[in-house]
Amino acid sequence: MPGATPRNIDVARYLDHHRMMHRIRAFEEAAAKANEDQLVLGAIHLSIGQEAIASGVCKNLRTDDYLLSTHRGHGHTLAKGADATAMMSELLGREGGICQGKGGSMHIADFGVGMLGANGVVAANINIAAGAAHAIKLKGDDGVACSIFGDGAINRGPFLEGLNWAGVFKLPALFVCESNGFASTTRTEAMTSGEGAAARARALGVPADEVDGNDIVAVDETVRAAVDVIRGGGGPRFIVCKTYRLHGHTASDPAAYRPRAEVDAAWKNDPIARCAAVLREAGIDAAELAAHRDAAATEMNQAYETAKTAPWPDLALAYTDVQDIGDPRERAF
Amino acid sequence: MTVMTYAEAGMTALAEEMRRDPLVWAVGEDLGRGGVFGQYKGLVEEFGPERISDAPISESAIMGASVGAAMAGTRPVVEMRFADFALCAVDELVNQAAKARYMLGGQTKVPMVIREPMGMWRSSAAQHSQSLESWYTHIPGLVVAVPSTPADNKGLLKAAIRADDPVVYFEHKNLWGMEGEVPDGDLLTPFGKARIEREGRDVTIVSWSSQLHTASRAAGMLEKQDISAEVIDLRTLWPWDRDAVFASVEKTGRLLITHESVSVGGFGAEIAATVSEHLFKALKSPVRRRAAPRIPISYAPPLEDVVRVSEAQIVETVLEMVSS
Ligand SMILES: Cc1ncc(C[n+]2csc(CCOP(=O)(O)OP(=O)(O)O)c2C)c(N)n1
Ligand SMILES: [Mg+2]
Repeated sequence: MPGATPRNIDVARYLDHHRMMHRIRAFEEAAAKANEDQLVLGAIHLSIGQEAIASGVCKNLRTDDYLLSTHRGHGHTLAKGADATAMMSELLGREGGICQGKGGSMHIADFGVGMLGANGVVAANINIAAGAAHAIKLKGDDGVACSIFGDGAINRGPFLEGLNWAGVFKLPALFVCESNGFASTTRTEAMTSGEGAAARARALGVPADEVDGNDIVAVDETVRAAVDVIRGGGGPRFIVCKTYRLHGHTASDPAAYRPRAEVDAAWKNDPIARCAAVLREAGIDAAELAAHRDAAATEMNQAYETAKTAPWPDLALAYTDVQDIGDPRERAF
Repeated sequence: MTVMTYAEAGMTALAEEMRRDPLVWAVGEDLGRGGVFGQYKGLVEEFGPERISDAPISESAIMGASVGAAMAGTRPVVEMRFADFALCAVDELVNQAAKARYMLGGQTKVPMVIREPMGMWRSSAAQHSQSLESWYTHIPGLVVAVPSTPADNKGLLKAAIRADDPVVYFEHKNLWGMEGEVPDGDLLTPFGKARIEREGRDVTIVSWSSQLHTASRAAGMLEKQDISAEVIDLRTLWPWDRDAVFASVEKTGRLLITHESVSVGGFGAEIAATVSEHLFKALKSPVRRRAAPRIPISYAPPLEDVVRVSEAQIVETVLEMVSS
């Protein structure tokens, strides 16, 4: 698959994608290293192999558009514009963490760039995104709310309720399913009846596209077209991005439940290599592309170093931001 | 002052807040026809179907979308129809609405009101009668309101809509038709301020919502036996007015808590424990509770009545307390 058919592409745009995909990859690799070093405190879910979806979706969103993500959300969050050091500090539960060390990997958010939160509950972000889209519509804004979720999430009720909701109210919502073949240690297809995510979306009245999620050009173009329709008042859209989870479910999962050959074959379909091939065909120098990789590695290693040396959060934070009404210090004593 | 029903008071509160703030909107099943109890009657005519919004029978989406809409700058009032049905949306309320502000490091608040009609009226059986208010007091991040009068249903609902916290707002189905004087204009009842329904010297009876009225009638019966009961309406369970309860118990030396919900793990247990921890020496008799047995609510009236705590039972318990 590397060496896609030559296409007339906007080179600057795909250089951006290439840079971003390397930043996501490097962030995840630094996070994996931090996990090996036992400095990551909770479970983290790496998005290695799925970078084209994060980059392809978020490049077509404005900063003030909303994004709701999942447990596997580092890439989405970076692509939406969050700061890598603040994210890494959050993974390590340190001062300077993007959520003050109160959320960790599965609750990363950056409201400053429209990233309204990852989520520790599979599929919960679908309804929340529908609601953010509802707010956009009520306020008469021209924003878009996007939720990205896994292929396992389509078996939970919020998938039906949220898509139906977005369809009924004709909301500016984009739903993106990252179909990476697995839900935790289970092959998703073994637990999914019927024709799959796109058919389900269409049955709920939400037009759906299916794309090769490892092809940055396909993802970018499909998302761009969908966002244009949504922003123009055309109602919700659904995109299934077919991909493969190259690492385990969590960073500590060796994923021994799948054959080596399958994983090796999937690595040959690495979305970053494919993006590089597209750019090479467009005449970009290999050295320039390698520089993206190196710059990303430097940035993320530095983020890890900074996070590592940060202190624990101030203990007083335990009692802040619980709620306005009622003293949170009141407890059995 | 205007005399109106508990349902009308809630409607007045919502209408006033919607006029004041264009970001307030209500969403739930059948709201366009006034809601199942008529508590939204006429509102769609004034505010239109976008702000008095119908919803599919999707409790999880009603709650979850409202969480997203609250985080994105609006102030949803969520109608759950029956407290029992809100259980279809517990993730959205407990894991999402209640926690978002904290776990996202204070980047957002979730200003929403969740209206949950609660309690027994008649023959609605085990899935349309429950009082689950104590569950939500257990959840950091949530406010729990349990109004017992028309005036409070206006003042607390208005305050709930203006609050930046998610407020679980329990209206008792038995009270919809109750009439009372309601102050006109901007009535904002503070959370965590109890109301002394009736002053007394010999025993403190703490209650809320519909059961408050049973407690009050029991106090009237006790008065005929020369026992003076102070009846306190907590109005909100989180926060709850410990100061008012403590002051009363210091005066009377006796405390009875009565609620419609199940006694085991009910909020009465929290009050009893707190008073025991702090005012043990002031107590002349053990703290008592009168609340529902731990059985589902029945359909046949005599069986349903087994769950009810009556005036007579309250009187009986108080007599035991004062004679011990
Ligand atoms: C409601 C709920 N059930 C179970 C889990 C545990 N869990 C976390 S991730 C996951 C798999 C999700 O699969 P998918 O939606 O395909 O996302 P992926 O991990 O593949 O990105 C499971 C079962 C959860 N977090 N929430
Ligand atoms: Mg998956």
